[in-house]
Amino acid sequence: MTTMHASAVHAAVWAALGTVRDPELDEPLTDLGFVARCEVSEAGEAVVRLRLPTYFCAPNFAFLMVADAYDAVAGVPGLTGLDVRLNDHFAADVINRGVAARQGFVASFEGEAADELDSLRFDFVRKAVLAGTDRVCRALAREGADVTQLTLGDVPPGPDLDRLRARRRELGLPAEDGDPLLLDPVTGHPVPPEQARRHLAFARLTRTSMEANSGVCRGMLRVRYPRLGEQEGER
Amino acid sequence: MYEKDGEKYFVVDAHTHFWDASPENWVPGQEEFAKGWIECFHAYQGLGPKETHWPIDRFQKYSEELMMHDLFEVGHVDKAIFQPTNLRQWYTNGFNTTEADAALAAKHPDKFLVNTTFDPREGDPGLKAFEDRVKRYGCKGVKLYTAEWRGDSRGWSLKDPEAAKYLEKCEELGVTNIHVHKGPTIWPLDKDAFDVSDVDYVATNFQGLNFIVEHVGLPRIEDFCFMATQERNVYAGLAVVVGALMHARPKFFAKVIGELMFWIGEDKLLFGADYAIWEPKWQVEGFVDWNMPGDDELSDFAPLTVDQKKKILGLNAARLYGIDVPKELQLKDPETVEPVGVPSS
Repeated sequence: MTTMHASAVHAAVWAALGTVRDPELDEPLTDLGFVARCEVSEAGEAVVRLRLPTYFCAPNFAFLMVADAYDAVAGVPGLTGLDVRLNDHFAADVINRGVAARQGFVASFEGEAADELDSLRFDFVRKAVLAGTDRVCRALAREGADVTQLTLGDVPPGPDLDRLRARRRELGLPAEDGDPLLLDPVTGHPVPPEQARRHLAFARLTRTSMEANSGVCRGMLRVRYPRLGEQEGER
Repeated sequence: MYEKDGEKYFVVDAHTHFWDASPENWVPGQEEFAKGWIECFHAYQGLGPKETHWPIDRFQKYSEELMMHDLFEVGHVDKAIFQPTNLRQWYTNGFNTTEADAALAAKHPDKFLVNTTFDPREGDPGLKAFEDRVKRYGCKGVKLYTAEWRGDSRGWSLKDPEAAKYLEKCEELGVTNIHVHKGPTIWPLDKDAFDVSDVDYVATNFQGLNFIVEHVGLPRIEDFCFMATQERNVYAGLAVVVGALMHARPKFFAKVIGELMFWIGEDKLLFGADYAIWEPKWQVEGFVDWNMPGDDELSDFAPLTVDQKKKILGLNAARLYGIDVPKELQLKDPETVEPVGVPSS
């Protein structure tokens, strides 16, 4: 592999990691500072090391991030090898072994888990839909719009709308221009106008919770790894 | 007591610790967990103001004199409530036990209230030992940590049938304040360990008990607020909220306080400094000085009044624990205030 090629593959690996999100925070690992190391050798072998804000971060979410990172990077063309591992975590050995062997969560945490993590993941995508609803609706409400009657097509284009659509699609919820802006993320039904105020208040609350959680995680990561710097942005 | 701008605040620190996490107390073979636990706590301290950070050796084990100084000489605390966390699997003599707390409390009459803890996995012998501790130390509350490791078990749920026996015992003994602290593990591991639905379940079943959810359910503030709107006997412990957010993330602090006032209301928020993670001094002073910024994103939330801050900093906890508050530190016309909320239609 030429150096030029290796650098292109490296960029593709980094981009792949950028598609992997912390399921709780709904933000990319690369943005959160969770990628400690990302290298591609001349021979085309990728080495990825992940890190988390604490030694005791929840093992189920940690497993999802390592497994998702492995899957995302494995899809990059031109790689001859792949080594993805989590550092500095109480369950790192179990998670790293399980992910490398392509085992599921139940097999990796033998006797400690009853099921795989799909249901947990979907619960948090639903929260992401609610938080995204607040992001979009607050901007509209500032302009004086009555959001209760709007469809997605009425919302001005932008990253917040794209993100909301993408999360709704992940859940199989309606996400086209003609679909209602406000819907119940569990049932997919439109929110009746008389319940809109409560729905929007919970959307705001959910966003507050996720952002506060993200703020604590970013702060803890910076204390744990003081050389991290500010590259992930002041958020 | 803290006085500022002619106003006097009676301060109850509803969440304090006297722990020993020094290497001498680490269980052989469990060192990595004992070390990981205290280093995690120490990192949380890093979210407070720089001048309040401690070196790790002092943080692992601090003296009785230092604690008395930090809380009562300079920290403005009138009364502090010990919240134990045993962790005997990792720490030989326990991390922060009822016994260690009670020994310190006995030397300083009228300064502390001693809460104890229970673990339903200890069965009937544990129930008997729990009753003995309550009677010996006069406990009016318990601190429960559902993520505590025990043998191969990675935690428990308040929904477990064995937990009901302990809560019935709490009712019988007058242990009315149940502080619940969620952690990162539970059985089974595929469930969200921070889920508060088990608190919802027991709050419905045990109407005579108060359930104080520590660090307001963080990282699940939304689930906690939703649950608390349905249960009149659920309260919010502000440990971690003030310590981790007020200095490090002021904008999120404002949003979280706004949401808590909106959904839970001023009568159900309890200040706790979570010493020795954070010293009370800067938290008490900072909270009294703090007010809701005039930010567009915060336009749903009202500024906090002096009376509201007095309730949160001490009067609410005094009410729950039956602590006598000097006449001049009580509110002149106390009234019960319902949260703003949004009624379901």
